[in-house]
Amino acid sequence: MIPLALLGAMTSLQTIVLGLIALVAIIAALGVVLHRNPVVQGLFLVLNLLAIAGLYALLGAYFFAVIQVLVYAGAVMVLIIFVIMLLNLQPAARGGSGLTPVFFAFVLGLALVSLLVRAGRSFAPPEAALAEGFGSVAQMGSSLFMGYFYPFEVISLALVAAMAGAILFAKRDLEG
Amino acid sequence: MDFDFMPLIVAVVKVSVVVGALFGGVSIMTWVERRGSAIMQLRRGPNRVGPFGLFQPIADGLKFFFKEDILPPFVHKPTFIMAPAIALVCAMLAFAVIPFGGSLNFEFFDEAIPLVIADVDGGVLLLMAAAGMGVYGIMLAGWSSNNKFSQLGGLRAASQVISYELALGLGVISVLVLAGSMRLVEIVQMQEQFLHWNIFRAPLGFLVLMVAGFAETNRLPFDLPEAESELVGGYHTEYSSMKFSMFFMAEYIAMITSSALLVTLYLGGYSIPPRVVELFGLQGNLLAFAQMGVFVAKLACFLWFFVWIRWSLPRFRFDQLMQIGWKSLIPLGFLQVIASALFVILKPEWF
Amino acid sequence: MPDAPSAALLLSAVLFSIGTFGVLTRRGAITILMSIELMLNAGNLALISVSRSLPGGGADGQVLALFVLAIAAAEAAVGLGLVIALFRLKGSIDIDLARLLRW
Repeated sequence: MIPLALLGAMTSLQTIVLGLIALVAIIAALGVVLHRNPVVQGLFLVLNLLAIAGLYALLGAYFFAVIQVLVYAGAVMVLIIFVIMLLNLQPAARGGSGLTPVFFAFVLGLALVSLLVRAGRSFAPPEAALAEGFGSVAQMGSSLFMGYFYPFEVISLALVAAMAGAILFAKRDLEG
Repeated sequence: MDFDFMPLIVAVVKVSVVVGALFGGVSIMTWVERRGSAIMQLRRGPNRVGPFGLFQPIADGLKFFFKEDILPPFVHKPTFIMAPAIALVCAMLAFAVIPFGGSLNFEFFDEAIPLVIADVDGGVLLLMAAAGMGVYGIMLAGWSSNNKFSQLGGLRAASQVISYELALGLGVISVLVLAGSMRLVEIVQMQEQFLHWNIFRAPLGFLVLMVAGFAETNRLPFDLPEAESELVGGYHTEYSSMKFSMFFMAEYIAMITSSALLVTLYLGGYSIPPRVVELFGLQGNLLAFAQMGVFVAKLACFLWFFVWIRWSLPRFRFDQLMQIGWKSLIPLGFLQVIASALFVILKPEWF
Repeated sequence: MPDAPSAALLLSAVLFSIGTFGVLTRRGAITILMSIELMLNAGNLALISVSRSLPGGGADGQVLALFVLAIAAAEAAVGLGLVIALFRLKGSIDIDLARLLRW
């Protein structure tokens, strides 16, 4: 569909879009961790999820990008924000944990970043062309129901157990 | 660098035409709704502006423009302003994957122009994702308004949409199983013969998807988020002027989109049976325009059905709404998915 | 400028660390839950960006990410149930209050 002349312009465009998405994702993640208002934190997380979905699409995993928006941003996050609204949570008080844990967390987090970045650097993706049908619905479906059939079934059991557990926790009286 | 601008121009033209058609549809729908309710209640309805009151929507739009845009002092400002925009954008985004005709051919352009904005792999999922994001607009409107009625409306919207999204998904899946594809264009092409319409193969799925569509668009009998007799105006109590009208337009566009989804998945979409095409000797661009006409006609029938239901059925209670969603629609949806799977395996000769 | 998969991998490292920071420093139960979601997502991002360049069409990473998604949904459901139970019991969701098993 895309004319060949476009592809040359695409690569530099892709770099710019990638940078923008990464920036949005990082700012949104910081918003989740640092903001005091729970609803705003939830919205930042939604923004982060949408940015990552955009990144998936950029990487060619279109199906997963859509599923990310549908399941994560559209259902799980609606549930979390629903609970925040239901409990009418107020913004957290200033201060929070003392400075010592924050300092240690910051140092440990920085160490973790450098460690992970080092590990990521050492990973060199082989210069292979994108496999035919990468990220398509058909590819996902066939590998899900053929290669990964039993794990898939186990996941469904886990979901049922989680549902029962959630009802058990949240129900006021188990008789009614 | 010779950059081929044609695809870009074609895309921009298509998007503008569709957006224009959507807004035009919204304004016509407001007129149809008011006149339709008047007919059902033995009133006259708006009949002063233009013939049969046809220009009433323009007058309404002007009124919205010139009203004062009130920003109450107690609201959470960023989200209060963002909420209507989220609702409207998500509603419009969902329509992008709906095919509304075959393809056009022009001499000055070598490729055929498919009459759909985005013919993507997994288009149905994209539609559901966009529609699902729309609930944030309502939830945030309810929360940021900072009063208990709006908050209740937002909470109701969230729980309602989460519950009915499952039923919606099952209604869609029962067609996907039959079609073996998530491309809406392929699903339409499969239903070219009248008897191959999915409504005959998956009638329960049609029912489930239709009821879930009513619930997802917050239309009566499922309009609990804005139930005016209980919650003043629900989530949009604090909104005025253009911000209110954005919610209003979002609701109508969502209605058009869910009708379009139903028509595409179950009622043959834009397709015209080959025999009819032969009878009238339709071909080329003429056929494409005829297909567009057929699609719009089916859509119009469905939109009238929305209005009809609204003024015929009373609103449900919230517990009844949950009962219908979880205890009737979801089991029915599962039944239809299983039946569809059996249909695909057995492939009866007579169908 | 690195290519897209490596850049995504680096981004995932940064996001994971931010999520860890959130889990360690915040006390609101829901904030911690959201930070955990952030970490799970960073993991998913790494899985998908690596799966792209693996032999065999690269479906494995995506399927694993899908499983992570399902588990994250289950975790959110159970976690939110716990949060609601905690709120009923204590009137707040500060996790410092959740020390019922301690004398």
